[in-house]
Amino acid sequence: MAVQERASAAAAVQPPVTERITVLAWLKHNLFSTWYNSLLTILVGYLLYLVLVPVFRWAVLDATVSGDSKEACDFAGACWTLVKVRFGQYVYGLYPEDQRWRVNLALAIAAVAMVPLFLERFRHRLTYAVGLVLVYPLVGYTLFYGGWLGLPVVETPRWGGLFLTLVIAGVGITASFPLGILLALGRRSEMPVIRSLCVAFIELVRGVPLVTILFMASVMLPLFLPAGVNFDKLMRALVGVALFSAAYMAEVVRGGLQAIPKGQYEAAMALGLGYWQMTGLIVLPQALRLVIPGIVNTFIGLFKDTSLVTIIGLFDLLGMAKLIVTDPRWLGLAAESYIFAAFGFWIFCYAMSRYSQHVERRLSAGERR
Amino acid sequence: MTGASGEPIIIMRDVHKWFGEFHVLKGINLEVGKSQKVVVCGPSGSGKSTMIRCINRLEEHQRGEIIVDGIELTSDVKNVEAIRREVGMVFQSFNLFPHLTVLENLILAPMWVRRTPRKEAEELAMSLLERVKIPEQAHKYPGQLSGGQQQRVAIARALCMKPKIMLFDEPTSALDPEMVKEVLDVMIELANEGMTMVVVTHEMGFAKSVADFVVFMDDGEIVEVAPPSVFFTSPKSDRTKLFLSQILEH
Ligand SMILES: Nc1ncnc2c1ncn2[C@@H]1O[C@H](COP(=O)(O)OP(=O)(O)OP(=O)(O)O)[C@@H](O)[C@H]1O
Ligand SMILES: [Mg+2]
Repeated sequence: MAVQERASAAAAVQPPVTERITVLAWLKHNLFSTWYNSLLTILVGYLLYLVLVPVFRWAVLDATVSGDSKEACDFAGACWTLVKVRFGQYVYGLYPEDQRWRVNLALAIAAVAMVPLFLERFRHRLTYAVGLVLVYPLVGYTLFYGGWLGLPVVETPRWGGLFLTLVIAGVGITASFPLGILLALGRRSEMPVIRSLCVAFIELVRGVPLVTILFMASVMLPLFLPAGVNFDKLMRALVGVALFSAAYMAEVVRGGLQAIPKGQYEAAMALGLGYWQMTGLIVLPQALRLVIPGIVNTFIGLFKDTSLVTIIGLFDLLGMAKLIVTDPRWLGLAAESYIFAAFGFWIFCYAMSRYSQHVERRLSAGERR
Repeated sequence: MTGASGEPIIIMRDVHKWFGEFHVLKGINLEVGKSQKVVVCGPSGSGKSTMIRCINRLEEHQRGEIIVDGIELTSDVKNVEAIRREVGMVFQSFNLFPHLTVLENLILAPMWVRRTPRKEAEELAMSLLERVKIPEQAHKYPGQLSGGQQQRVAIARALCMKPKIMLFDEPTSALDPEMVKEVLDVMIELANEGMTMVVVTHEMGFAKSVADFVVFMDDGEIVEVAPPSVFFTSPKSDRTKLFLSQILEH
């Protein structure tokens, strides 16, 4: 604190220093500027040393990666052999080994297809994104499920691991975003029927835990459906997750809608724009960029919540991590397994967070109210 | 009620409006002929904004009729949209779209409402920006312009729809004094080109030089309608006299 105050006070008087600062000068300025800052630096440094060194020892220095069974590990450190040997299951679940290329291919197609979304020059990004969201699920489903083009069928219970996590999160995100926007618009609608329906849905879904919804979807839905109608378990989970996060998304978007001044609506109407034109061209572009942090927060929450599908017997990344360590040959390696799963979740959530920061920076460049 | 010549382009007959229990417009009768300029003035809260916002149905009237360019304003969405295409509006607080550049602000409605091709819309937009004397700002965002510049962009944006009628609701009251003139100059030029204009303003200089007649409103009623020469020298009603003495003092 003291350091910051000092720095800003100095900056107010003097022009900013632009020449390169040496490492020593930086250390002196930021870590050892006063005696108590020096003390804090040393204390914090010592605590970090106490914690990080053993962790680093365990995870890196004393860890074992070689071999292909638990016996290869000496247990002084982490036994990453487990992760190495079972890597395929962490990623693909019980998907047949000789068919895994289909998952890779579909994910590669997704990665390539998403490239234009990052090109600043590309004018029709939004149209393209909508098209992608509509077309890609068909491509993905065809490849994943098969039974087509001579591809053997792989039933959804065999889908698992990181792959399943990505499927659920991907479908959840792409379905809940538009659905949430519609719910938010509906909640502000002037038509009482639509408004009450939206309010009822949002409040109902937000008021119960996701686990409950997943349970109801998997246990109770079949009771209501006519006999013989078999609704895929994964499908039910997807619907549950999408509806659940749509309710949250709706509230985030509503916050953005409320921040748009009345004058914007009036100007749009006075120009002759209809409701959907006004909403799509004037209101949403402003409202959504105001709530990007909230939207991404919801997405990240959804990504991690996908792990709750273990409860209804689907094995996502976390589910696989749990399943793998119940194998008698790998007993006692829960830490390694869970740490690896956590790392997998973290990579994707962090990537989303970084991407949202990039979008925010790009959108705020140049324009201010 | 007014001296409109030929077929009036705006007709308001016995227009009433309530905000809940509150009677805002109490039987407004007004006719505006093609190319006429009308200045509306009156004390705060007298219903000036509400009245002109009824003309493009930003507010809904509950009794009486409003006919704009031969189309009656009813709850029929088609009629409302048709009228809004013919009527441009400029607001006190500019209401530019902050997420779009000046040029994008201008071409949006022509492209989406009139289905004008982008190139044509851009050419029209640039020629209008020339007219309001800020073509060099075309690629900036509204937040980067001064108040006077923003209001001129707002006028150009309304003109892009090639409206037959322009409504102005206190277009200069949110501006710093030194910027008022640049906006009034644009409006005077527009008036000289023959645009039909209804202007709510307290700029009496503008009223004197441009208006065909001045409408004085008080408490939801039109109290007096007169050409500026008569209005400012020999107003009939006491309420008008009081109002004039108040604003001319400042
Ligand atoms: N949406 C609304 N709901 C309720 N009352 C309103 C609403 N809009 C305006 N009013 C009231 O109606 C009356 C007339 O408002 P209006 O804005 O037309 O006045 P005005 O003559 O334009 O005043 P000003 O010079 O302050 O702009 C005011 O008393 C105002 O409080
Ligand atoms: Mg007003």
